[in-house]
Amino acid sequence: MTITFLLLAATTITGTAAAMSLKNLVHCVLALTLGLVSLAALYLQLGAQFVGFTQILVYVGAVAILAAFAIMMTRSAEPAVLTGSSSFRVSGALIALVVFAVLGWAVWSGTGALAVLGPEPEAPVNEIGVALMHRFVLPLEIIGLLLTAALIGAGILAMDETRRTK
Amino acid sequence: MNWIVRNLWLVPVLPLLAAGISALAKRKSRAMAASLAIGSMAISFLLSVWAFAHVLLLRSNGQATQQVFNFRWFQFGNEWLSLGWILNPLTAVMLVMVTFVGMLIFIYSVGYMEHDDNFTRFFCFLALFASAMLGVVIANNLLLLFMCWEIVGLTSYLLIGFWYEKPSAAAASKKAFITTRIGDLPFFLGIVWLYAQSGTLLFYNNGAGCLESTSINHLLTQPTPLGFCSATGIALLVFCGAIGKSGQFPLHVWLPDAMEGPTPVSALIHAATMVAAGVFLVARVYPLMSAHSGIATELTTSTALQAVTWIGAITALFGAVIAVAQFDIKRILAYSTVSQLGYMMMGLGVGGVAVGMFHLITHAFFKSLLFLGAGSVIHGCSGEQDIRRMGGLRKLMPFTFATYTVGMLALCGFPFFFSGFWSKDEILHAAHSWNISQAPYYMGAFAALLTAFYMSRQMFYIFGGKSRLTESSEGHSHSPVSPDHSSHHGSNSPHESPKVMTVPLMLLAPVALLLGFFGTPAWPWFQSFLDATQLAVDFGALSEGSMLPVMLSSSVIVLLGLGIGWWIYGRRPIKSAEAPDNLGKLSPPLFTFLGHAFYVDALYGATVINLNTQLSKISDWLDRWIWNGAVKTVTNIVLGLAHLDNFLDTHVVNSGFDEGCQSVSRSGQILSLLQAGRIQGYLKIVAGAGIAFTLLLLWKAKI
Amino acid sequence: MTPMSGYLLLSALLFSIGLAGALTRRNAILVLIGIELMLNAANLNFIAFWRYGPHPEALTGIMFAIFSISVAAAEAAVGLSIILAVYRHSKTTDLDQMNSMKG
Repeated sequence: MTITFLLLAATTITGTAAAMSLKNLVHCVLALTLGLVSLAALYLQLGAQFVGFTQILVYVGAVAILAAFAIMMTRSAEPAVLTGSSSFRVSGALIALVVFAVLGWAVWSGTGALAVLGPEPEAPVNEIGVALMHRFVLPLEIIGLLLTAALIGAGILAMDETRRTK
Repeated sequence: MNWIVRNLWLVPVLPLLAAGISALAKRKSRAMAASLAIGSMAISFLLSVWAFAHVLLLRSNGQATQQVFNFRWFQFGNEWLSLGWILNPLTAVMLVMVTFVGMLIFIYSVGYMEHDDNFTRFFCFLALFASAMLGVVIANNLLLLFMCWEIVGLTSYLLIGFWYEKPSAAAASKKAFITTRIGDLPFFLGIVWLYAQSGTLLFYNNGAGCLESTSINHLLTQPTPLGFCSATGIALLVFCGAIGKSGQFPLHVWLPDAMEGPTPVSALIHAATMVAAGVFLVARVYPLMSAHSGIATELTTSTALQAVTWIGAITALFGAVIAVAQFDIKRILAYSTVSQLGYMMMGLGVGGVAVGMFHLITHAFFKSLLFLGAGSVIHGCSGEQDIRRMGGLRKLMPFTFATYTVGMLALCGFPFFFSGFWSKDEILHAAHSWNISQAPYYMGAFAALLTAFYMSRQMFYIFGGKSRLTESSEGHSHSPVSPDHSSHHGSNSPHESPKVMTVPLMLLAPVALLLGFFGTPAWPWFQSFLDATQLAVDFGALSEGSMLPVMLSSSVIVLLGLGIGWWIYGRRPIKSAEAPDNLGKLSPPLFTFLGHAFYVDALYGATVINLNTQLSKISDWLDRWIWNGAVKTVTNIVLGLAHLDNFLDTHVVNSGFDEGCQSVSRSGQILSLLQAGRIQGYLKIVAGAGIAFTLLLLWKAKI
Repeated sequence: MTPMSGYLLLSALLFSIGLAGALTRRNAILVLIGIELMLNAANLNFIAFWRYGPHPEALTGIMFAIFSISVAAAEAAVGLSIILAVYRHSKTTDLDQMNSMKG
């Protein structure tokens, strides 16, 4: 329970909570970026450099930018007029709270047995590469296929509808 | 192997190519079609002459004159079907004859068919026919021969029915086709039998062919349930094909009717080549025909050859008798052809290949000369074919008259200078010395008398006296005017035919005259060529044994026949077309009887065709009432079952299914209430479920 | 409280924040971002278990996280393009107005 962990946890929670609660969607994306970067830092702190940098590349570099573009293109930047029942929202928040409570309880009550603190493990990039090429080659190929399909699918979905039907 | 032997296939293929090209050509391209056909025939003729020269060369070198070229065509089961062609004296002679006569007739056709709209089609058919005929000649395989044989039959059908607008021509073509098919069926059975017995259809194949001694001896030892050996059976079946194709009795009926075709067709097909194919076939399979199980001496004759002889003799006499009472110029020649083909068969039967083939060759020349002459006469008389309405053409058509006379004298067998004399005499001589019976000799001699008689009758009718054409042309529906000669000459007066028609006549006439000298008893070049024996000039042979009496008697017979002809028809010129026939006056009923060709057609009509009709009617009745009734009963049962099924379906199966459907759709309606249309609602449910599951797991872990 | 429990609690909190966002926000893009946060929480769990688990040399947790990130990226791309397509069709990203599938 180090200071760095606490600081990073605090920024992560702040960023994500802000991203989920701010009115202006552009602000939301900015807050989200903050949360994601902190999360990446947490990964680095845990010794998973590769995953950390992947997190920055994919989430900060791609998903957040994508979300920003989507927001701009759909003109959702203007604060939406709140309509509909607020009880629906309250119930949603309550459910989230219950989920947290249950998960927290589970963590609290169940992790004692795993509290073995070994030496800090290494995860060098070359080993990850070797593992990807050997043990995980089939999942890697499938992921490649999935990403290609997603690329094409996203392109077709986002294409102008009049052009698509031509 | 010599080039010509390997490439003998070119001879039939060239006309085939010409036929193919002119089949694709436009109708207008008349010159192209004609020149293609004539050109291909000319090249084939040159190749044939080359082949002939090659055989001669081999002969003078003392080598075997028979060369074959075989190749494998395709495999079935474990066996290969081999095809091939053969070059031997028989083939060479036939090739030269067919291509030469064919070429002249093609040239002649240019003039004869000049005004026909379907000129191109005509030459296409002619070339196809020539190709098939040459294929028959060179084939070294009975199957290949049979295939070409059938194409010959097909083209004959097409050519006889060339003027298919004329019902009589269409009927004649059908008749010719079906009648020859009747003969071809046993022929095919014979082929199958031969294949089953000998395992090959190649004629000659270095000792393994079906006509070589191994196979023949094998066939001779195979008995049949009927008592004779299978060689005889096969030979008789094959001979049936020859009967059909060569117009032998009793399948001769198609040949006179086939005169409905254009005259060049009559000359080409029904005088020189196609009908000769049957004779040629017998000559080709002669080893099979003459196979005899007894002691092989000169005097024994196989059953098959006896059959050939008798059929030939009957046909020779039969045709000659009928020809006496005909009035159509082409019909006379047709019956004469039937008679002469009978001679050839008889010659093959009594004297062997050379005797029959010699008459075939000479006959091909003089009969095509006669047919072309008749065509010229018909052309000159604007389509008139009835000899009673001709007359006086001697001065009007001098070239035709001269050449026709040559042909006629050759056909009669006028002594010493005409080819027919020598070839016919050969047959009569062979028949005279036949050891089985003398009857064929007397029948042949009587037929020779009749031949001289009817030919002189025809001559006097056509060329003697004055022209009767004009007087008869008024209102006689009887006169059969061919569609191609519908008085385009403006006037009806007879005229000489154009050069393109008379030149072939003048080319054929000398050949018809002189060819006989190649086969005189004193210098039997032809015979020795075909039989591959030594040739010697021996004038003593003329007076040897029965030769001289036979020659003298046949000369007397011919002169007698011509004399009777002159006595009855030539003494006084025929005055009018309406006058009854001078011979007919003697015995009108008999004459009418002969005029209708012994009523053979009527007999066939009353028996075979009538039987067929009755059978068809019975079949029709059976079909209509019995089988149809059965079918209808079954149909009704099925329909009844179908109605029952339908009822069950509608009222039992469907109702249950409908019930099921309705309950499904009702439950769907109820379940659709859960679809609130709010995605987050669903997510809430998922989250709730997640909570519940986690709690369950935790609680379980606690216990 | 072990270090691992801290990470796990943080992950649970992150998950709940994502879930709360996904349940309460009406903008489809934000719902999608919430889902992405939930995925990130799971990733954090993987990494934490890898770091403090018994066999870190097997790299299983790392691999799982990497594949998860890839799938998440694909999901984000497809999801956002669906939102764009829906927006082009109905001129809104408000989930409350997308109720044509209501039963």
